[in-house]
Amino acid sequence: MHGCDLFSFRRVGAFLLRHLYVLKRSWPRLLELAYWPFVQMILWGFITTFLVQNSNWVAQASGVLISAVLLWDVLFRANLGVSVTFLEEMWARNLGQLFVSPLRAYELVAALWLMSCIRTVISVLPAAFLAVPLFGVSVFALGPVLAALFANLLLFGCSVGLAIAALVLRFGLGAESLAWVAVFALAPLSGVYYPVSVLPDWLMPIALALPSVHVFEGMRAVLFENAQRWDLAGLAFALNLVYGLASTLFFLRMVRVARMRGLLLQQGE
Amino acid sequence: MPRLTPVQPADAIVADRLVKRFGALTAVDGLSFRVRTGSTTGLLGGNGAGKTTTLSMLLGIVLPSSGSVHILGTDMVKRRYDVLQRMNFSSPYVDLPRRLSVAENLTVYGWLYGVSDLKRRIRLLAEDLQLTAFLDRPTGDLSAGQRTRVALAKALLNDPEVLLLDEPTASLDPDTADWVRGYIEAFRGRVNATILIASHNMAEVERLCDEVLMLRDGRIVDRGAPQELIGRYGRRTLEEVFLDVARNRRVAVQAAGS
Repeated sequence: MHGCDLFSFRRVGAFLLRHLYVLKRSWPRLLELAYWPFVQMILWGFITTFLVQNSNWVAQASGVLISAVLLWDVLFRANLGVSVTFLEEMWARNLGQLFVSPLRAYELVAALWLMSCIRTVISVLPAAFLAVPLFGVSVFALGPVLAALFANLLLFGCSVGLAIAALVLRFGLGAESLAWVAVFALAPLSGVYYPVSVLPDWLMPIALALPSVHVFEGMRAVLFENAQRWDLAGLAFALNLVYGLASTLFFLRMVRVARMRGLLLQQGE
Repeated sequence: MPRLTPVQPADAIVADRLVKRFGALTAVDGLSFRVRTGSTTGLLGGNGAGKTTTLSMLLGIVLPSSGSVHILGTDMVKRRYDVLQRMNFSSPYVDLPRRLSVAENLTVYGWLYGVSDLKRRIRLLAEDLQLTAFLDRPTGDLSAGQRTRVALAKALLNDPEVLLLDEPTASLDPDTADWVRGYIEAFRGRVNATILIASHNMAEVERLCDEVLMLRDGRIVDRGAPQELIGRYGRRTLEEVFLDVARNRRVAVQAAGS
């Protein structure tokens, strides 16, 4: 039983198991995960129905708004998947137990990212499927590039969520509302519902540094030009590597700060 | 502060000139002690004496400002993951997830600690700690006494060689507390574990501990076997010794004695 393996899938699996147990025994949680993406899809479905008759731009690609809102929810839910999963450990006063167990901090990061993938799929997939019979819009019609766009938003959302988890670890539960609001600061810059070219010149460098911008441009390229822009997906992925590494290092740094300041045993409400 | 001699295999825990400062506050001020393998040592002191901070540094979740901690020969600041699988810990200041059932919590922590034959281990621990009837109940639905036994089950899952217990019987009724103490005694006898207990409870420390470290303001102000301390202070119980130490009356007691 002894040993000091540098990475253990068993320990990562233990953390996932803990959160899957929670989901398994709480159908309201499962419902809550799928609820908001579904409501968003319905809302933007009706807006699309209206705009198809009143907007040339939307009429050219009727699925653009629903596809955008579903992909935006991937980013939002991935962010929540990491930050809320981490917050649940703080609410449960379980963080101290985890940090004195053999679970390494970077294994916790890996487990948070995997849990976020599971929660995001549970959240977004039902709405994506229901959009087909309800509004005749299939996000899956984006083709093979959809998988790359989805993965990029997932990665970016996880990076944002991990940075928020790090701030909550450092500043306590007073910072928890960041989990719900911080990601919305990215929405205007990401060009979710409009081409990024509408942004003023001075904002462009900031916007282009976000992986989400290239994802939504890639989505519109498919819908308006029928072009699978793998270059945009690749650019987003390269940026995601930078954000993923930066957020992981930031989280690990905050764990060390929490150890220096004695914060790990004091967390909780 | 004299430096301790090098770590010996017979010492399961070695703290050497341990200091922890939080800003202007010095919570632990140059603590040096050893705990022999297979012995039980008590950290005794009032609120704010530095007991929990010391335990946290031994576990590696609080980094010392200076000094070192070795557990089972491993430097806990630099290489704590080499040894965490051989230790465990229980404290009223941390919980297990309340929505998970007792069995689920023990399964999760069994995976984390790499416990082999986990189902059997959980069944045996549940029998030992009288938890069998509660295995499928949410941990949050249990009474304080039952939750303490679950926390103890989690702390014993991996048959730890070093067990750190922070206030193991806090908020328990006398009967349950006595039962828990008996179980800890039996566990130590069975696996020759090294146990460090931080406690306010004198009866507990007197019963369980081979040696007591008396803490005040983050320093060890006295140490010895419980009966030795009682004799040295000319008192009848460890509680009276504790009050002498907490109120800084040792000099007065010794002067009166002489």
